[in-house]
Amino acid sequence: MAKKYSWPDRGTTALLGKPQDRIDGIAKATGAAKYTYDVNFDKMLIARVLGSPHAHCKIKSIDFSAAEKIPGVVKCMAMKEPGNEVRWQGDPIAAVAGESEGAVAEGLKAIKVEIEPLDVYVKDADLAAAEAAGRTGKVAKNVQLEREAGDDDDEDKFAEQEIERLLKESAVVVEAHYGIDVITHMCLEPHGATVQWEGDKLNAYLSTQNVSGTAGQFASPLGITTGDVTVICDFIGGGFGSKFQVDNFNVTAAKIAKEVGRPVKLMLDRDIELKTAGCRPSGYIDVRIGADKEGVVTVWDSQHWGTFGATAGGVDQGVIPYVFNPKNRRRRATPIITNASPSRAWRAPNHPQACAMSQTAYDDIAAKLGLNSYDVFLRNLASVSNEKQNVYQAEMEIAAKLIGWKDKWHPHGKGPKKGAVVSGLGMAIHTWGGGGQPSNTNITIHPDGAVEATLGSQDLGTGTRTAIAIITAETFGLPLAGVKVNIGSSKYPPSAASGGSVTIASVSESTRRAAQDALLKIFELASKKLESEPENLEAKDGRIQVKSDTKKSLSWKEACSLLGMMPLEVKGEFKRRDDQGLSSSQVGGVQMAEVEVDRDTGVVRMKKFVLVQDMGLVINPKCAQSQMYGAAIMGIAYALFEQRILDPTTGAFLNAEIADYKLPRLGDVGEIVVEIYQPDDEYNRGVVGLGEPPVISPGAAISNAVCNALGVRVPVLPLTPKRVLEALERARKA
Amino acid sequence: MKDQRPSRAGESGFSRRAFLQGSGAAAAATALAAGSGVAEAADDKTKVLGPGPTAITLKVNGADRQVTVEPRTTLLEALRFKLNLTGAKPVSVDDSSGASMVIIDGKPASANTILAVACVGKKIQTVESLGGSKPDPVVTAFLHNDAMQCGFCTPGFVVAVRAFLDKNPKATEDQIRKGLNSNLCRCGTYANVIQAALEVVKGGSRG
Ligand code: FES
Repeated sequence: MAKKYSWPDRGTTALLGKPQDRIDGIAKATGAAKYTYDVNFDKMLIARVLGSPHAHCKIKSIDFSAAEKIPGVVKCMAMKEPGNEVRWQGDPIAAVAGESEGAVAEGLKAIKVEIEPLDVYVKDADLAAAEAAGRTGKVAKNVQLEREAGDDDDEDKFAEQEIERLLKESAVVVEAHYGIDVITHMCLEPHGATVQWEGDKLNAYLSTQNVSGTAGQFASPLGITTGDVTVICDFIGGGFGSKFQVDNFNVTAAKIAKEVGRPVKLMLDRDIELKTAGCRPSGYIDVRIGADKEGVVTVWDSQHWGTFGATAGGVDQGVIPYVFNPKNRRRRATPIITNASPSRAWRAPNHPQACAMSQTAYDDIAAKLGLNSYDVFLRNLASVSNEKQNVYQAEMEIAAKLIGWKDKWHPHGKGPKKGAVVSGLGMAIHTWGGGGQPSNTNITIHPDGAVEATLGSQDLGTGTRTAIAIITAETFGLPLAGVKVNIGSSKYPPSAASGGSVTIASVSESTRRAAQDALLKIFELASKKLESEPENLEAKDGRIQVKSDTKKSLSWKEACSLLGMMPLEVKGEFKRRDDQGLSSSQVGGVQMAEVEVDRDTGVVRMKKFVLVQDMGLVINPKCAQSQMYGAAIMGIAYALFEQRILDPTTGAFLNAEIADYKLPRLGDVGEIVVEIYQPDDEYNRGVVGLGEPPVISPGAAISNAVCNALGVRVPVLPLTPKRVLEALERARKA
Repeated sequence: MKDQRPSRAGESGFSRRAFLQGSGAAAAATALAAGSGVAEAADDKTKVLGPGPTAITLKVNGADRQVTVEPRTTLLEALRFKLNLTGAKPVSVDDSSGASMVIIDGKPASANTILAVACVGKKIQTVESLGGSKPDPVVTAFLHNDAMQCGFCTPGFVVAVRAFLDKNPKATEDQIRKGLNSNLCRCGTYANVIQAALEVVKGGSRG
C-alpha cells in the first residue's frame, strides 16, 4: 500500500516548523489557567496529610480524639493501620480535612501517633557500610569481552584475567571514583487532587502526567467502576516523571469526600512533597579504564552502587559507560536499600547518572594523556551504541563553534588565572528514544467551519495544545485560532502518558492521521462543487482549491457547509510500529559548558552553556527551544546545587523546603545557547520527543569543565563549594 | 537591590509556619494585635480581632471585596479560597519561591507571608489585573518569548517582572539577572524570562 499519511514537504508549510506562541500562553501568564490546586468548589474542604516523622518504625496506634475536637476540623482518616511499617520519613500516615488551612494545620498537630522505632539505614554513598548493614540487594553483572572464554574456563576467572591483561597493555589507565546524589522532583505544583462526587460518580481533578491511564487507579480501591471516574487535568504544574500514578493520599481524599458529602482538595505540603512524592536514584562508581595513546578506550571495568530508597534498584548497568560501547567491558551494579522514599522516574531515568558516572572518566583519560577532550570524545565516537556517530560529529562541530572551543580550550588545570579564578571547558554527549506511543485523536468539523481536536493528553509544559493546534490548522490550511484543542480529560479518546518524551510524537501521529482523513472527506464533498477529483484539491489559506487552477475554490466555511446538519467526526489512531514515517525515535545531543571556579571559595559559576540537539521534525521550534533551555537549567541545578540531605542516623530529610533545597535562580545560570540540529534527513524522519534528552549531559559536561579549570576532579555531583575545596585539598596533599 | 525584594516574613513579626503550627487562634490574634499595625487603638486599648471568623473588606484589583476570614488566614488563602483568585500560587511556606507574589500598595509582596487582616485598607493587585482584553506588556512579552513551560511559577514571575520594571524601567540585562532572583522556576524558564523583561524595557509587546 502506498503511504497514506505524510508531513508536508519542508519549506511549504504555513505554521508547522515555524515558531508559534503557545495558544494557552496568556491563560498561563495571567492566572486564568486552572491547575488542580486552583479548582475550587462550594463547601469544599481543605485536606492535608500527616507524614511520618520517623524514617523507620511500626505504627502502634493513631489517636484522633484531640484533633477531632479542634474547631474547623471536619474529618480525620488514618492511612496506616496498627502493625503497619513505615519505611521513610514523610510517608503519609493520616489525613485531616477541615474548613481552613489553619484548622487543618492545628488538627494535624493534635494527632497522637504511637510507634515502635526500628533501625534506620540511609548511607547510600558507602558500599562497604551498606554491605556490613545487610542493606544491599542482588548484584547485577554484565560482561562483554572481545576474546571469549574457552569451554573449560571459569567465566568469572577468565574475565578477571582478561581485564587485568587489557589494563596492563593499555597506554594509559585511569582508576577513579565518581558519583551523583539523590535529588527530588520538586514539582512546583505539589502532588494532589481536588475531588467531587456526583452521586456514585467521581470527578477527580488530578495533577497527573497520565490523564488517560489513572481513572482505574481511583476506581478499584473505591469499589466503583473505571467508567464512574472522570480524571481531569487541564494544566499540570510540573511532573518530571513523578506523577504517573494515583497515590494513596488521592484515594483518601476521595474517601473523605464520600463520607462527608463535600468536595475535598488534598494537596501535599512542600515538605511532605519532597519527602515522599518522587526522587531520582543516586549513583556512585569505582572504575578502572584503559585506553590507547590516542585516548580510545579499550577496556572498562566498573562497579557502581546507589539507592532507589526503600525498594531495591539503582542505575542500570546496561547504560554504563554511557553512549560509548568499548570492546571490552565489565559492569557490576549493587542496589542499596535505605529508609528513604522510593524513587520515581526522573526525567530520562538512568541516563543523567550514567552520563555523569562515565563520561567524566573519558574526560579524565584526556587529562591524563594531555589530550584535548574534544579529540578524545571524537575518536571514541566509533564505539557509540546507537549508530549516530555522524550526528554526534556534526553536532560537536556546531557546539564547538558556538562556545569557542578552539580558542578557549586549554590543557586541564593549565588555563589563565584571574586572581583565584580559573576557567574551563567541558563536554558530554547523550542519547534517548522519544518515539510515539499509542494515541487517538478525534477531529470534529462543524458545518459552520469550526474545528475541534479532542484527545486525552496533557500539557506538561511541552506546549502540547499548541502542537496539536499547529498540526490540525496546517492540515486544513487554517490559522491557529481556527482550531479548538480539547485535552485533559479521561473521557476523551485515550492518548499516551507523558513519560519517556513520547507526548509530542504520539499526539502528532494521531492528530495528523485524523486531520488527513477528515480533510479527504471534505475534499470528497468539495470535489463535486469544484468539478475536480478529490486528489487534485488542496487546503490552503482558508480555502479548498483546485491545485492546478486556484481560482476554482471554496472558502473553508463554504466547504464545511456541504456537511449538511451534522458535524463530521473522524478518529485518528496510532498504534506502535504502525510506521508510516510521521514519527521516529532515537536522538543524539551534544552539550558544552564553560565555567569559572574560584579556588579560594570553591564557588563554581556558569558562564556559558551550549546545547545542540536533534529531534527529527520539529513541530514548534519555540516550545522545543524552551524545553532545551529548561533542561539545561535543570542540569545546572543538579550539577552545582541540588541534593537531598538526609541525617545519617535518623534518616530525617534536612532540607525539605524550597528555602533549603538549593535550586538555581535567574542570576545563577549564565548564558545559555540552544541550537536545533535539523538538516533535511532529520526533518524527513518525522517527529521525535525531546523532553528528556537535553537534561542528560549537563552533569558530566559541567563536571568536566570544572576539572578542566582546576586540573583536579571534583568527583561527586553536585559540585558544592565544600566539595570543590575538599578536592583541591586532597590534590594538595597527594 | 534590597528594597526590591518582597517583604520577609520576619519583618512583620510573624512566621506563618510557627503561626499555623505553634499557636492556637487566640494566641494568634494577640500576636496580631501586637505586631501588625492593623489593629486600631481605641481608648488606649488595642482592638483584638478574632479568635473566630471576622468580616473584613479587602481592596483587590480596584474593587472592595467582603470576606470572612480567621485572623490567622493568610492573604493567599483568602485570595484563593474566598475570592477564587488563584493566580498567586502556594509553592513555599515562606516567600522563597515568589509564586504567590502580589503587589500591595505598589510594592511586591508574597501573599503567603502576610495575613489577610493585615491587608485591610491596602491596595492589593493580583496577576489577574494584568490580563483582560488588553493584557499588560509584561504578559504579552512572556507570551512572545515563551517565558513559561508548565506555567505554575509564571503568574508570580509576571508580577515580579512587572514590579521590578516599575522600579527599574530602563533595566539592563545585567540588572535583570541580579535583580530578579526572588522567583523560582523548576521547569527552567529563566533564559526566556530575561528575554521577556528585556523586550518590555525596549518598549516591545505593547498592547
Ligand atoms: S514553568 Fe514550570 S515551574 Fe516555572
